[in-house]
Amino acid sequence: MKNRSVVHNSFLINTPIHEKIIQSLLFLSALFSIVITVFFVVLLSKDALLFVQDKTTSLRGFFFTTSWQPSIQQYGVLPLLNATMMTSIIAIALATPVGLCVAIYLSEYASTKFRNIVKPIIEILAGIPSVVYGYFAVLTVTPVLQALLGPEVIEIYNNLSAGLVIGILILPIIITIGEDALHAVPKSLRMGALAMGATKLECTLSVVFPAALSGISAAIIIAFSRAVGETMIVALAAGAGSNFTFNPLKAAETLTGYIVRISGGDISYNTIDYTSIFILGLLLFFITLGLNMISQAITKRYQEKYD
Amino acid sequence: MKDSTSQFSIRTKHLSLFYDDARALKNINLSFHEKQVSALIGPSGCGKSTFLRCINRMNDLIQSVRIEGSVLLDDFDIYQAGVDPVKVRQHVGMVFQKPNPFPKSIYDNLAWGMKINGITGDYDELVEHNLKKAGLWEEVKNKLKSSALSLSGGQQQRLCIARAIAINPQIILMDEPTSALDPISTTIIENLIEELKQNYTIIIVTHNMQQAGRIADFTSFFLLGEVIEHGPTSQLFYNPENKKTEAYITGRFG
Amino acid sequence: MIKLLFRSLFRFLAYLLSFFQIKNKKIRELVYIIVFQLCLVFTFLTLLTLILRVIDESFGFVLTKNTKQVSEVFGETTDPNSLTKTQLINVMKDNMRRGTVRTLDTEKPLAQRTEENLLDLINEFVLEERVIKTWSLYESIFTLHSIRRIHESTPHSQLKFRNWINLTFLINKQSSFPEFTGIRSALLGSVFIVCIALAFSLPLGVASAVYLEEYATKNRLNSIIQTNIYNLTGIPSILYGILGLAIFVRLLLPLTQGRTILSAGLTLGLLCLPIIIINSQEAIKAVPNSLRNSSYGVGATKWQTVWHHVLPGSYERILTGVILAISRAIGETAPLVVVGAATFITTDPTGLFSKFTALPIQIYQWTARPQESYHHVAAAAIIILLFLIISLNSTAIILRKRVSQRKIEQ
Repeated sequence: MKNRSVVHNSFLINTPIHEKIIQSLLFLSALFSIVITVFFVVLLSKDALLFVQDKTTSLRGFFFTTSWQPSIQQYGVLPLLNATMMTSIIAIALATPVGLCVAIYLSEYASTKFRNIVKPIIEILAGIPSVVYGYFAVLTVTPVLQALLGPEVIEIYNNLSAGLVIGILILPIIITIGEDALHAVPKSLRMGALAMGATKLECTLSVVFPAALSGISAAIIIAFSRAVGETMIVALAAGAGSNFTFNPLKAAETLTGYIVRISGGDISYNTIDYTSIFILGLLLFFITLGLNMISQAITKRYQEKYD
Repeated sequence: MKDSTSQFSIRTKHLSLFYDDARALKNINLSFHEKQVSALIGPSGCGKSTFLRCINRMNDLIQSVRIEGSVLLDDFDIYQAGVDPVKVRQHVGMVFQKPNPFPKSIYDNLAWGMKINGITGDYDELVEHNLKKAGLWEEVKNKLKSSALSLSGGQQQRLCIARAIAINPQIILMDEPTSALDPISTTIIENLIEELKQNYTIIIVTHNMQQAGRIADFTSFFLLGEVIEHGPTSQLFYNPENKKTEAYITGRFG
Repeated sequence: MIKLLFRSLFRFLAYLLSFFQIKNKKIRELVYIIVFQLCLVFTFLTLLTLILRVIDESFGFVLTKNTKQVSEVFGETTDPNSLTKTQLINVMKDNMRRGTVRTLDTEKPLAQRTEENLLDLINEFVLEERVIKTWSLYESIFTLHSIRRIHESTPHSQLKFRNWINLTFLINKQSSFPEFTGIRSALLGSVFIVCIALAFSLPLGVASAVYLEEYATKNRLNSIIQTNIYNLTGIPSILYGILGLAIFVRLLLPLTQGRTILSAGLTLGLLCLPIIIINSQEAIKAVPNSLRNSSYGVGATKWQTVWHHVLPGSYERILTGVILAISRAIGETAPLVVVGAATFITTDPTGLFSKFTALPIQIYQWTARPQESYHHVAAAAIIILLFLIISLNSTAIILRKRVSQRKIEQ
């Protein structure tokens, strides 16, 4: 048999160097993702700080002035923020009911064959880039709206058509996440309700839907966050001038629209135009980050443990 | 029957295992004779498989596990500092409950294991040798390059046994190796174990008391993470010392 | 007519709402199902409308007028289509500025071009054929009369049916005139940018996923990394553009030379990275543990197990994820605009440090112009972009089905 000491020595740790190197490399790759976030915060803040330190601006004025006209040194974010919120709310108002209805139908009523045909179509809808939706918004939806309401009532660039089209953009998000949430509700819950004599509709609306509520709320928040961050549709359809108004039929530039317009032109690095991009970007970063963290918290906290 | 003073090849001393704070194994002190078949029996969830996995440090792969005590292979504590679990596993072969051959060819299933263990020699010969030892050679000799997944369940399990012995272990651990197989395959593998014990120390976890009675020289009865009784199989079955052992053997609980 | 449709829809909805007070369960159930199905129909209709509209804008009659007449340049009796290459080249040399001829010749020697190509060039630079009015496909079919009338009332004009999406559109470079513009530089730019993005994000992404799934223990740092990755997927693409502007264009200027394809590719790489990580993690999770156990049981190290068993078992799913990431990346516009896509570029990208444009950027710029002709070329470009994306997505879906079917058979 084998020599005892040889056997014993052969148990000892002798991880080859290349295993250790590989492990370190893999760890560094994973760490890189944190580096990205750090860069986000640091670089956005750096230039945002420059914006605030400029003589012509103040943090107070930024948040509380209702006018954004860089040419006359007015830097209040409220008009841009207001336009962003207006379009996003219109978008969610369209996408939520329609999306949930489709999600409920697909999850509870549709046959598997039907679902296998419909789901790829929804995936196609989800894959359409936003610039194509932008084209659709400015060249089809706006003319239709103008035909309906009259060109005096609704301007060529307006928030309503942008909002509606963003709603179509985020529709697949609500449909897919909502359908997953509904589908994840275990059969036993449905069986219990049906066994008590409930109709399918009552079962769906009173039992399944509330059970999936955490997933559905998460879907709505994620969709809203997507709408807030949407750029190309508003850049094409909502207009190029900031305007503090609650009327969606008028043109009003959003946060993202402004950023893309300014950065698309010629800008030199330390001007206030350049730094304004960063403070707006920082604001947008925190808004979307906050929304996403809320949706994650909702999923974690209220997720019924069914396994 | 072997002389009870023969060399102990595997020994556990005060072995306890915790999943976070829940204790799964309580102070196990067992010895396993060289070149014998030892069976671990007991109801489900009593720690038999967990104990088995301690011997080749497979429990290290589970995050929440904490181990106290020692496992001595040839009087060498494999849980002491400085020991590489990978090296331990190169000395101990393992066969799992559900056959899990690699999704490679039959030949490569053995060849890959031999390669990473640094085994040199004529691989064609070695593959043939080990497949013969596992009683599979005749059935697969003409299709060594075909996928291992094309074999039946019983053949796959024999392939896993061949793979385990191909790395030249001293010990073979088997975790309910026949529970997923039909009776004919089970018989084939039980006969195989009889042959293998001439060269290897085998520890087998089994749910099936009759199987332990058929093939094991020694048996240990596990209950709720503790060893209630252990000894030669015939003694355990026909003359158990502990009342609980007797209750289990006679089927009063399971 | 549209007004009528909408008004009747509103009336129908109001009629429906009155149903919600109905006590009869069966009818209520029916109504709800109809509502659900209507929403589904609405979803399809919007998709259909979008696609039809784009197709509608890609074909149609155009009314053109030449600055110089054919007879002026070629003479009263000559048919330009019957001339030889040398004769066409001479016509060009006689009527065009020398600089323009030289530029065209450097791009591709005139003698090597086809007659068709030379005729097109003569159209563009000598005859200066300009579009006066365009019509959509729908209009071209249903308002033929008024189109003809306009044609007759405009002197020296030609009426042709034009496919705005055709082969020359694909291979032409950009021109200041929408009639002659092409998306060659944009297509090449898109391809370059996506390749760079993948080269950056694929190895990093798969490596991170392998670490998180195979090596990471459940400690604080690793859960922070995981949460962070989820958050990164939710960040709007324009912020990635701003980040790219700050890092690659400004900070790393000596490395990337500013607003170049390299910066754009790296920026999109940052965008794709979290998607690829999460996708690869799912792919690796799908590999059954029994495979890992059998590998460790034979005495393999962690990396041996990963390299020889886990990765081969998951690469197909990873590939599906990569294809979906590509299909997302080629449609991204906002980050590219922020990083500095060129507004008008006639040269093809030649290397990492060229100025760049991409397909979605062209669509954006053309859509934003007021002239109708630009909307037509935008529609043509959209068809090409959608074709690419739908092909990629279909490939991913087919691949995914194949993988899951094979797993079931095992």
